Amino acid sequence: MEKSQIKQNINITEALTTRINELISHYPDDKRKSALLPVLHEVQDAHDNWLSIELQDKVAEILHILPVEVYEVVTFYTMFNQRPIGKYMFEFCHTSPCCLNGTENLMDYTCNKLGVKVGEPTADGMFEVRGVECLGACGYAPMMQLGDFYQEHLTEAKIDQLITDCKDNKIILHDK
Amino acid sequence: MSKKILLEKVNIPGIKTYEVYRQNGGYTSVEKALKTLTPDEVVEEVKTSGIRGRGGAGFPMGMKWSFIDKKSGKPRYLVCNADESEPGTFKDRYLMEFIPHLLIEGMITSSYALGANLSYIYIRGEYMWVYKILEKAIAEAKAAGWLGKNILGTGYDLDLYVQIGGGAYICGEETALIESLEGKRGNPRIKPPFPAVSGLWGNPTVVNNVETISAVPWIVNNSGAAYAEIGIGRSTGTKLISASGNIKNPGVYEIEMGLSVYEFMNSDEYLGGMSTDRPLKALVPGGSSVPVLPAHLIYKTANNEDRLMSYESLSDGGFATGSMLGSGGFIVYDDRACIVRNTWNFSRFYHHESCGQCTPCREGTGWMEKILHRIETGTGREEDIDLLLSIQSKIEGNTICPLGDAAAWPVAAAIRHFREEFEYHVRFPEKIKNRDHFVAEPFEKVKHLVSKLTV
Amino acid sequence: MKVTIDGQSVEVAPGTTILQAARMIGGEVVPPAMCYYSKLEGSGGKCRCCLVDVTKGSEADPRPMPKLMASCVTGCQDGMEIASKASPRVQEARKSVTEFLLINHPLDCPVCDQAGECDLQNLSFEHGNPKSRFIEEKRTFEPEDIGPNIQLHMNRCILCQRCVQVADQLTDNRVHGVMDRGDHANISTCISKAIDNEFSGNMIDVCPVGALTDKTFRFKSRVWFNKPYNAHRDCDKCCGKTTVWMFGGEIQRVTGRKDVYHEVEEFICNGCRFDHKNVEDWIIEGPREFEKDSVINQNNYTQKLEKVEIATEKLILEGREIDHKKISMSEIDYNEKIDGNLIDSKKNG
Repeated sequence: MEKSQIKQNINITEALTTRINELISHYPDDKRKSALLPVLHEVQDAHDNWLSIELQDKVAEILHILPVEVYEVVTFYTMFNQRPIGKYMFEFCHTSPCCLNGTENLMDYTCNKLGVKVGEPTADGMFEVRGVECLGACGYAPMMQLGDFYQEHLTEAKIDQLITDCKDNKIILHDK
Repeated sequence: MSKKILLEKVNIPGIKTYEVYRQNGGYTSVEKALKTLTPDEVVEEVKTSGIRGRGGAGFPMGMKWSFIDKKSGKPRYLVCNADESEPGTFKDRYLMEFIPHLLIEGMITSSYALGANLSYIYIRGEYMWVYKILEKAIAEAKAAGWLGKNILGTGYDLDLYVQIGGGAYICGEETALIESLEGKRGNPRIKPPFPAVSGLWGNPTVVNNVETISAVPWIVNNSGAAYAEIGIGRSTGTKLISASGNIKNPGVYEIEMGLSVYEFMNSDEYLGGMSTDRPLKALVPGGSSVPVLPAHLIYKTANNEDRLMSYESLSDGGFATGSMLGSGGFIVYDDRACIVRNTWNFSRFYHHESCGQCTPCREGTGWMEKILHRIETGTGREEDIDLLLSIQSKIEGNTICPLGDAAAWPVAAAIRHFREEFEYHVRFPEKIKNRDHFVAEPFEKVKHLVSKLTV
Repeated sequence: MKVTIDGQSVEVAPGTTILQAARMIGGEVVPPAMCYYSKLEGSGGKCRCCLVDVTKGSEADPRPMPKLMASCVTGCQDGMEIASKASPRVQEARKSVTEFLLINHPLDCPVCDQAGECDLQNLSFEHGNPKSRFIEEKRTFEPEDIGPNIQLHMNRCILCQRCVQVADQLTDNRVHGVMDRGDHANISTCISKAIDNEFSGNMIDVCPVGALTDKTFRFKSRVWFNKPYNAHRDCDKCCGKTTVWMFGGEIQRVTGRKDVYHEVEEFICNGCRFDHKNVEDWIIEGPREFEKDSVINQNNYTQKLEKVEIATEKLILEGREIDHKKISMSEIDYNEKIDGNLIDSKKNG
């Protein structure tokens, strides 16, 4: 159980509340819990891409469910982060079809370039490299997920460019 | 050019938008079904078409529909399985990203056939931008009167929503998907009861793949009989194939069932042959779960018949010399690929994606991965190869859901067809250490080292 | 409806599962069950220990079922025929599941409080392989404190989820559940919260292994050194019917009354379980019976214990004179063989 002791500022804005209520409205009145996954995505995106225990408790309160029901779900799915992660998370697909096109070498290249190991954020918290399982882009390999989007047909030059763009704040992570 | 059903209009500029889609004959199946056909007549057309589930299992869609419990009077639901996560498969994403209204049209027509007034599309969490595309398309369809109350004045009501997943391959299993849709962990349910009787919130539910539902508009417009004429034998219609690996033109292709594997591999209309001048070594024809085929069983079956892109031909020879069409994830390997590393990679995938609910899968997938990792990194033992076969046979068939089988089959097939390569790893650890995914020496060059014929 | 298991037939009501039918027959046809618990709704189907071979589906549809079925969640059909212990395929599957359950399970029975009343021990005894084929490092979890009454040993857990069902079905605010997934799935509160509602102690009773044990009984005694008695008291929270485990005149622990399938007859409250350990608190009814082969019978006072006398020839424990001589070797000739004859040097080269 990976838990973070870092305090997270919780801010359920009006826009976020509106969106959450819209998501809840997609289900019958007594099935509020069904909105859990979409709501967690929205809440996580609005809170630096991670979910502290306090934030998960807040989601439980919004959906009228027990906190443990949220913890169970958050720990099951890979897209919910239980600790602060690098702002720009390079999630390389490292399943076989991508590896056939050189993902592993490209991950090494990226790690060397950033001076990190897989799964460890850079000291400034800007970048993190992770290997994830099949993202459904096997024909466009090597590829990675960055925020809500896929970066495909990657090369070393493209990685260099992406890193520069991230540093220049040119990359949009979430389409809101 | 072979017949196009799903991708016929995909290249029309602006087809993503409602207006262009509608101008090009979109939503006519909804008009036809709601105004001129009864729900049962739509089900009959789909039955006649012979279309089989495109998610991987290949279960006849019409039969699945006919199982839905209409007697109980409980609300019925249609859920679209867009949790595409099988390694090698990326066809549903292509459909949803480039022609989203086709799926929505299919959802409306299919929901009408099943008598569902509330339907969902469950999409994997990683396809976040596609989720946004679908949300937008649904809003457009609703604004144009294709969703909501009293559609086309026929008295039929339908609400359709997209639900986003959170990153779990197992949610592609229909009961795990339903659990996830209910806001729970993606643990597959114990069957029976099947979703057709007790699915979403305990009510009758049908779960269909994106590609299957997207074929419904064509079937309704052109009749099930017309669909059944396409294809070969019990493999009717067209199939989307996601092609990847060491080929010239990777991507998504729509093929008529019955196309020969040779033509699909080598014609310029499709894959255009290998990406380099290296020889073909192996093929996984239907996503990572299906058995791998060695070079000599790809174009010809064991009976020396042409291997075709159909459910029957790909599985010809059973697991001994055949494979499966599965989800159509077509992964091609040239002779640089290391089968052991590939098998380990797939094993890691299943280990990572096992939900952990039942014993054989929870414990067995991790065990196999650890052994394969040892063999791949040069600390394998001769007996590990038979141990792997033993473990996979203990998982297969003993689990709650098919993930156990999916984890077991690739291991069995790799050892069945490429045992020498495993033996090479065990006997020459110094040679296989410190490599990346590609083999420094293609196996053919070192094969003599493990060949029993050498003295 | 009539079903036949390993050749023995029984009449059952519709809705009966194969496992329940087997329990009605009793004896060797009863499949082992690690996760099914008849008193907990939704339990079963997960451990796969109770797999059986349905050789005939029903009278109406006699086709056999292709896969082995989990008997605890498969309903009986009229005319169904089932092979349980009699089927080599079933035996093989049970062996497989036992092996899978053991590969990551610590072999710490000598220091585990569950030893002697552990379903996994019983399963291993019946279906286990004395030699492990698993040479990898075992999976371990960080220890978690879940309060003063219950000890959680996640390494021993087999994820039957009975304890989660107890919390769901007996109490209002469940604080623990299954976290993470795959072989890292674990039982946890996620936030090291004490599980302290009035019925939480039943988690200990339903746990088939030593993952949840009674902290107030921890390391006090091996269970087979205790004498179990049925006892009761007036309790306003539960039935008050328990088994008290005594050592001499002292109550070491209190549990629910478990039947031959190790299921409690009725759930009890934490008050009875943890807070009433004085003999005066209880009305002792009499000895608690256990199944014949249970190790707990070792110390069952219903058996008359007599002084053991070994009837044998005199001095056998001290040894004969001739043996003394040989064992000390002091008076043995180098050339003398153990039987007293001299070595034939020619013959032996």
